[in-house]
Amino acid sequence: MDDFIVRALLGGMAVALVAGPLGSFVVWRRMAYFGDTLAHSALLGVALGFLIGLNVNLTVVILCVTLALVLMLLQRQRRLATDTLLGILAHSSLSLGLVAVAFLEGVRIDLMAYLFGDILAVSHEDLIWIFLGGVLALGMLAALWRPLLAITVHEDLARVEGVRVTLVSMGFMLLMALVIAVAMKVVGILLITSLMIIPAAAARRLSSTPERMALFAALIGCLAVAGGLWGSLTWDTPAGPSIVVAAALLFAVIFSLPGAALLRRLRTPS
Amino acid sequence: MFPLSRLIRSRDDAVPARGALVAARQVGLVAGGRRILDGVDMAVEAGRIVTLIGPNGAGKTTLLKVLLGLLSPTGGQVLRRPGLRIGYMPQRIQVDEILPITVRRFLGLGGRFPRDRLARVLAEVGCAHLLEQPVQSVSGGEMQRILLARALLREPHLLVLDEPAQGVDVAGQGEVFQLIARLRDRYGCGVLMVSHELHLVMAAADSVICLNQHVCCTGKPDVVSRDPAYLKLFGKTMPAGMALYTHHHDHRHDLHGDVVAFEGEGPPGRGCPGSEAHRHHG
Repeated sequence: MDDFIVRALLGGMAVALVAGPLGSFVVWRRMAYFGDTLAHSALLGVALGFLIGLNVNLTVVILCVTLALVLMLLQRQRRLATDTLLGILAHSSLSLGLVAVAFLEGVRIDLMAYLFGDILAVSHEDLIWIFLGGVLALGMLAALWRPLLAITVHEDLARVEGVRVTLVSMGFMLLMALVIAVAMKVVGILLITSLMIIPAAAARRLSSTPERMALFAALIGCLAVAGGLWGSLTWDTPAGPSIVVAAALLFAVIFSLPGAALLRRLRTPS
Repeated sequence: MFPLSRLIRSRDDAVPARGALVAARQVGLVAGGRRILDGVDMAVEAGRIVTLIGPNGAGKTTLLKVLLGLLSPTGGQVLRRPGLRIGYMPQRIQVDEILPITVRRFLGLGGRFPRDRLARVLAEVGCAHLLEQPVQSVSGGEMQRILLARALLREPHLLVLDEPAQGVDVAGQGEVFQLIARLRDRYGCGVLMVSHELHLVMAAADSVICLNQHVCCTGKPDVVSRDPAYLKLFGKTMPAGMALYTHHHDHRHDLHGDVVAFEGEGPPGRGCPGSEAHRHHG
């Protein structure tokens, strides 16, 4: 097999392994649109990275976290609902990113690669960044797991029980920013959220515990990456969107499986 | 997603009076231009059951949240005994179908506990058979017991229960209140609970606080379950263990809701200072 395909597979699966468990939380906490908004701001992070000459991945993380903080501040006013705020922030930050990219002189940015991913061009350096970022994200998620689950189920109850809600929520935002930066190369800014929520949603039917759902989400994500890459090579389709299509197909198949017997078998606690 | 105000922790440097687990001192809360709590003074002591009653919108749940530290009062002070461990049972809890979670895992979210404690608590509240069920599949009454179990697993000094008998039929309500009284006896913890009904309060409550933005009155509930008038009114539909709380207001409200002191009842300053739009039901 060609080298670039191996790199694409390794990079894609590493991203899927992190996006699955994190995506489960995105789904449980109803934050899909929030994830989208953070992802859309990533392009501005890319432009800033080129502008000040910092590592692009770093500026993406910084910008996503900044946006999350801005959103928190804006939520303190009650006049505009959260989905309106998210709509404003998502599209204005994406547009601002596109405008900023146009202003960059002397730098040719492959806009399509950032918007829709360029997994077949994943380099050794990209792989190292993906692995380090992925391991860091999984480690953080493992450390935050129980308190994060507790505030997801009931925030007030968790707070009375001593969970430091603000700290945990901020950790979660940081995690999302990290995963967006890591996954950007694979599926692109516009499609990152799908790699988080589609495998997680598909895994729900197969799971009786939160941990199992996270695990299945990671596995389904890996399958989607493999299937999407295969489809992309076979029919010469764009790789990022092909991965998302593969994930959607897996979701459709799992949801149309004849349910009862399968569910009973999988749901019986071990 | 959370409001930034929670980044700033309220300082609880004062300590409540001897014996009190938690106390409110002239606590007021204004939210969105509306006064929800006004000059509330109250305390819960170890081993005592205090019940908050009052009409809809009286601020009962808000007062609980202020005492729990979930909301910051805009006036006054909340005093908590240092190191106080609270077991909290929120009003209702709805776990989304998308989150697969069994009762066992739900109980484990409150912390790690020794295995024998889990078995004991489950036996006490009577929900051991639900342990492996998905949380979404249990009934409202079962969920109340599960929430109570999660609060008890912490071996709390203070139990705070927001409408513990909600979603439970009338016969079951009596059981819930008896269970709470038994738990108080066993653990020696203080209990603070909200009851939605104005006039129906459990006989075991040591004191009742009637709240309507401010504290209208406090006192012991009278046991009238054997009173002929009570039986005539309610027949046998009321389970044993429940009693009418006889209201001894030191003031009444006129048609506009203004406070009018009863004649010959001493100075009128004791209740309802400056209450606007304040009415008693029943």
